[in-house]
Amino acid sequence: MGKVIVVTSGKGGVGKTTSTAALGAALAQRNERVVVVDFDVGLRNLDLVMGAERRVVYDLINVIQGEAKLSQALIRDKRLETLFLLPASQTRDKDNLTPEGVERVITELKRVFDWVICDSPAGIESGATLAMRHADMAVVVTNPEVSSVRDSDRIIGLLDSKTMKAERGERMEKHLLLTRYDANRAERGDMLKVEDVLEILSIPLLGIIPESMDVLRASNIGSPVTLADARSAPAMAYFDAARRLAGEVLPITIPGEKRGIFGKIFARRAA
Amino acid sequence: MTIFNLFRKQRSAPTARERLQVLLAHERSSSGSDLVSLLREEILAVIAKHVQVDSDKVQVKMDRDEDVTILEIDVEIPLGAVSQAA
Repeated sequence: MGKVIVVTSGKGGVGKTTSTAALGAALAQRNERVVVVDFDVGLRNLDLVMGAERRVVYDLINVIQGEAKLSQALIRDKRLETLFLLPASQTRDKDNLTPEGVERVITELKRVFDWVICDSPAGIESGATLAMRHADMAVVVTNPEVSSVRDSDRIIGLLDSKTMKAERGERMEKHLLLTRYDANRAERGDMLKVEDVLEILSIPLLGIIPESMDVLRASNIGSPVTLADARSAPAMAYFDAARRLAGEVLPITIPGEKRGIFGKIFARRAA
Repeated sequence: MTIFNLFRKQRSAPTARERLQVLLAHERSSSGSDLVSLLREEILAVIAKHVQVDSDKVQVKMDRDEDVTILEIDVEIPLGAVSQAA
């Protein structure tokens, strides 16, 4: 039976879709069977970030409404044999996402895949609560910025009350993925530090993804950053996060903290 | 202290951290859950059976930690109310 992960944040634009794609591709590179599921009905983007936008025929809503079989809607990645995408519908309304339909699809996916990664829409409405509903584990994506931290706190509250796990009285496993982190700015006191965010949100850290041009470059070409440039700093941070998701214990490193003499001079100037 | 520091703006991250801590402590206890307000009402009702208390003197707060959630109940009883009840 596969594990269901929800990638969520409350706030939009913090890197849920990027992280879903990057973690999915990282896990698939370990030869595990992975499906990434887009729950953002009406505003789908996971297909674009994965580079599969021209291959979408059927989507999650079609499967829920019985218009297509799950196997017809799943898109196999061209680069990784064990990576699949279940796209959201772009034309339908999110009201087509029914609780029963979602439950049926997730149950079926769990049987086939080792990992079912649900990319949640922003917000706290039905799309977001349905994306987290059947999760075994949550990845809370947060930027080191006040509004993102506040919204993550709200989402943590929902994960602890509105999910199946919470309703059964079990404990929902939650992990913080801190994205767009700039160690230099944090060091200068111009950005919340890792410790600050951890102390405020009180959930364990899954990884720290550095602010990087490589993330935009990867989405430009339609490739998860862990596939586009596996040696880049954000990719390496996502690989580590994926290993932690799979249960490995690794020391957390803060990307970009070691700076050479040139870096130091430059950082001073920039300040 | 270098010459650059003279022109540097004040560090803003500590302000962000402090504002968040104050705001979230408030949001977690108030809007956070119906459970807290429900508990508050029932606790107040139980106490009111024996001691007369002001409803705004009963504070119920829920705080979250990594492993546990702490329910904090703070009841202020007016002087003399306990001896009367006893």
